[in-house]
Amino acid sequence: MTGVVAHAQTLTEDCLVRNEWICAEYVTTRREEILAALGQHSFITVVSVVLGALIAFPLAVTVRRYRRLAAPLLGAATAVYTIPSLALFSLLVPFTRLSATTVVIGLVLYSLTILVRNMLAGLDGVPADVREAARGMGYGEGRLLWRVELPLALPTIMAGLRVATVSTVALVTVGVVVDNGGLGNLIYQGLQSNFKAEVLTASVLCVVLAVLADLGLLGVQRALTPWQRGAR
Amino acid sequence: MRWLTDVVAWFADASHWRGNQGVPARLVEHVGLTAAALGIACAIALPLALWLGHLGRGGTLAINISNVGRAVPTFAVLVLLTLAPAPFGLSVTSIVTALVLFGIPPIVTNTYVGMREVDRGVVEAARGMGMSGWQLLRRVELPLATPLLLNGVRLAAVQIVATATIAALVAGGGLGRIVTSGFSRQDRPELLAGALLVALLALAVELVFAVLQRLGAPDRRARRAASGASGAPAPDAELATTL
Repeated sequence: MTGVVAHAQTLTEDCLVRNEWICAEYVTTRREEILAALGQHSFITVVSVVLGALIAFPLAVTVRRYRRLAAPLLGAATAVYTIPSLALFSLLVPFTRLSATTVVIGLVLYSLTILVRNMLAGLDGVPADVREAARGMGYGEGRLLWRVELPLALPTIMAGLRVATVSTVALVTVGVVVDNGGLGNLIYQGLQSNFKAEVLTASVLCVVLAVLADLGLLGVQRALTPWQRGAR
Repeated sequence: MRWLTDVVAWFADASHWRGNQGVPARLVEHVGLTAAALGIACAIALPLALWLGHLGRGGTLAINISNVGRAVPTFAVLVLLTLAPAPFGLSVTSIVTALVLFGIPPIVTNTYVGMREVDRGVVEAARGMGMSGWQLLRRVELPLATPLLLNGVRLAAVQIVATATIAALVAGGGLGRIVTSGFSRQDRPELLAGALLVALLALAVELVFAVLQRLGAPDRRARRAASGASGAPAPDAELATTL
């Protein structure tokens, strides 16, 4: 009996020695390292998307009022979005050096493109007669925005938030160039030491994180727009 | 601001423009990889998306492939393929495969949506005129879907240029190599010069495809100008009126 257990143990330990793609032993022995990378990955993602949303909303509201700003602002955002992440992070190095700040600034810039577009589309999609009715009921600009337009634009805004979050989770990995890539650090480390289990585990966790974030935001959206439930 | 003059000095140094690690050689590598991958991606994605769009089937797949493409990190796929057994491993095959994989989703999704947004009345009219399925696809649906099709190809091109840059972290050549070399040697002017070159190439590619998109849909010039910039406008704004 003990012989069988010992044999099973050498088998699982062997997956490290044999450098297999799937290896439970890797996860148990490097648990803390994995959790730290996962933590950094989630932290950078959340900070980037939240900052992106906080900046994008006033921008979208401003652009809606001053339409002439739309073309230059969206054009600039698209141009930034076109710049590959590796180059964008590098261009920020003189200002913010090899830090998580460099990654966050880059990711905020990317998310702005998606978020401003979607917020603008959402706000533009509010029917004019609804707006008129609210004004007729004595709603001022601020109350109209918060109580009428924002809730009606929410599905479109949340769709943008989901796209931005999922792309951000994937892009954090490139932060490895400034030593702050979350799970990307593990992938790079695994590449350099030809450690297959490390690369596959980190890659899979990255996709799982993106899917969980997407489902989480979908849940938030459902909770915030109960009137849409029957309509689907 | 000293780094700015250092970068200018880097560009002025003639030795950075010569040999197989010089800027022109790296540019050729980058453009070559991008063109090859984009060509293969188009060859796979366009027939598939046109066919699915024509039949009106596989919509869930055509739309969701883009969501999957977004959720999977390009860096992870590049490394996974590099560590995979032959024919992958540390080779051009691995890099081109990764580039193609990330080029396919935007082409499939945009082309499919373009095909499905063709006015059903127009399709019915074409059928009523006795057009066969093939004629309908070639003479009615394809021309009407072209603006979105080209939008998909543009998005794929930009995605491939970016992924080819990241490939330098793994094994590939291209302009990304100047950036990674700058990082590993802690040579900041080189790092910034490489990053600027990559950014310029990406913007140039975007610009070329934006022009192609306009040529492919001349009557939509006014509409695109109104929607602002060359970015992807809402699909429904792309295909409102023609014929």
